Amino acid sequence: METYTLIVLLLAATIRVATPLLLAALAGMFSERAGVVDLGLEGKMLGAAFAAAAVSAVSGSAWLGLGAGILTAVALSLLLGFACVTHRGNQVVAAMAVNIMVSGLGPTLALAWFNLGGQTPQLDGPGQRFLGLVWPWAQTARETPFPGLLYSELLSGHSLVVYFAAALVPAAAWVLYRTRFGLRLRAVGENPLAVDTAGISVTALRYQAMMISGVLCGVAGTYLSVAASSGFVRDMTAGKGYLALAALIFGKWRPYPTLAACLLFAFTDALAVRLQGVALPLVGVIPVQFILALPYVLTVLLLAGFVGKAVAPRAIGVPYAKEK
Amino acid sequence: MSAPKQLPRWADLALLPLVGLAGALLLSGGIIKLLGESPVQALKLMVDGSLGSQEAIGYTLYYATNFMFTGLAVAVAFHAGLFNIGGEGQAYIGGLGAGLVCLWLGSWPFWAVLPVAILAAAGFGAAWAFLPAYLSAKRGSHIVITTIMFNFIAAALMTYLLVNVLIKPGQQSPETREFAANTWMPFAHELLAKVGVAFTATPLNLAFGLALLAAVGVWVFIWHTRWGYELRVVGQNQPAAVYAGISPPRITIVAMLLSGALAGGLGLNELMGSQHRILIDFPGGAGFVGIAVALMGRNHPVGIFLAAVLFGALYQGGSQLTFDMPRINRDMVVVIQGLVILSCGAMENMFRQPLAKLFGKAGGKNDRK
Repeated sequence: METYTLIVLLLAATIRVATPLLLAALAGMFSERAGVVDLGLEGKMLGAAFAAAAVSAVSGSAWLGLGAGILTAVALSLLLGFACVTHRGNQVVAAMAVNIMVSGLGPTLALAWFNLGGQTPQLDGPGQRFLGLVWPWAQTARETPFPGLLYSELLSGHSLVVYFAAALVPAAAWVLYRTRFGLRLRAVGENPLAVDTAGISVTALRYQAMMISGVLCGVAGTYLSVAASSGFVRDMTAGKGYLALAALIFGKWRPYPTLAACLLFAFTDALAVRLQGVALPLVGVIPVQFILALPYVLTVLLLAGFVGKAVAPRAIGVPYAKEK
Repeated sequence: MSAPKQLPRWADLALLPLVGLAGALLLSGGIIKLLGESPVQALKLMVDGSLGSQEAIGYTLYYATNFMFTGLAVAVAFHAGLFNIGGEGQAYIGGLGAGLVCLWLGSWPFWAVLPVAILAAAGFGAAWAFLPAYLSAKRGSHIVITTIMFNFIAAALMTYLLVNVLIKPGQQSPETREFAANTWMPFAHELLAKVGVAFTATPLNLAFGLALLAAVGVWVFIWHTRWGYELRVVGQNQPAAVYAGISPPRITIVAMLLSGALAGGLGLNELMGSQHRILIDFPGGAGFVGIAVALMGRNHPVGIFLAAVLFGALYQGGSQLTFDMPRINRDMVVVIQGLVILSCGAMENMFRQPLAKLFGKAGGKNDRK
């Protein structure tokens, strides 16, 4: 029984950790499928996390915070689009610039506005956070552990953002594979010249893709500061944007495999927390750092073609110059 | 009439980075204004805090040493058409190499420790760059992604080593014991005192000279050796390189090894020169500053030296700023750094086209006369 409870709690933690990863990875899927390298996920999430926490702290509304988070991430997306699509700048350089700028800007503004050493105030007022939604009878179900615990811990009790992220996977798959927009998006990432020849604007499509990426990064960032924790702290994304990118590559730029990769990476994270200092049979204590490094190692192995093969969109990272 | 796309060489090398820098500083000034402080006053404080005294200059050049190593690292890879974002991880592991030498060879005289430490720093840094390089050259994986992943793997590895293996027994914070004093880099003020020049005590040390030597070495290598030539050919035109019998995979590995070795040099300055122990996250983002430095410095050692001093001044001046302007902290420097990368790197074309137009017009007038 003890093991069962432990596993259920582990899986519940996995879901919570996977949510921002999944949102960011799906964000990256749209821009990368349109041919724009999205290393800026990290910066966009961090910017949104700060804006959401700041606005929620001042206004007392988590929803206004969400709006501010989305606006900030979209604005950063547009900045990246301006640099990379309009002025055909190097996408990697631009994204690194945004990531570095945001990592400094958040604490700077927080210090100036709230004077709390680069953090935003604790969000503890009513309605300032997206708290877990407790489903009907979740408390009662807990009393009969199997299958009640599955219901009360795994299905119930997560914040709205978690359910949104889960619903987003089939939605993204539908947009990408079943709509005209999705077809064009995929085409512009493979062969922009063909799209241009068909009379469709490459620039407009790439901007649209990046704005979708901005919206989803905005939700992901908001989740970090307003749902999963109560306020913004310095560098709170802690590489989650890059991890999401790794998950996207691991999922071969497809929605469902990306979901699986996010869950796998989140599981290793949740497991690392659980296994801290626990001696396992045969192997003894596994250092936490090794488990935490696992997603990165797996991604490197995948990219090297040792576990399956990840084929990137063909035109990724190449600015499109329309001939005059 | 269309404007010529080519800028004069001097404008491309000097004017464009300066215009980009001016743009970034203007934006930063706007942000400082937004925070309710005076940008002019801030600039004055920063210039004074970074260049106004011997102590300020010492600190500025000490920071610049780190940025020269990482900037050169990024530049060498750039010349081969590779984007090495892994400078942070390579510097971290390179520092481990230098640190281990200092811990083990504590009884050796300094002149014997120094070459071993340099080799270890370069060797460890290069080793950390080797796998991404090999995977890129032989298995076609994307070097940007792999080097990012290796940054995280390096961070995990170093945390493990410092927490579980190298930590000084009976101590809470994950740090090694202090290196024996004979393995420390001589400080600049000590060296200057020997020739009779008085200089305030600062962390500036011999590693600054090593960084200058590395810059000269890179210049010789890139522009005056056969390998450097091959490296530039691969970077500029891969089909031409293949046609000329140059092997791009081999050059990729050579360039990345050299890049990693240069990044490893950071440990000589930071650990042997100042901290005198191995500690968590000692590169402190210098690997990423290297990107800005290489972009601003146009991947040329002279430019990299100037850009590194500029960023050293930003770091030192920025930390002074926090004393006098309580509403601004060191993070503002990170913002400026990001803006410089944005305007000198990504937005380059935005400035290039109007400039080219301007030069085109001026040229046209002269022709008519």
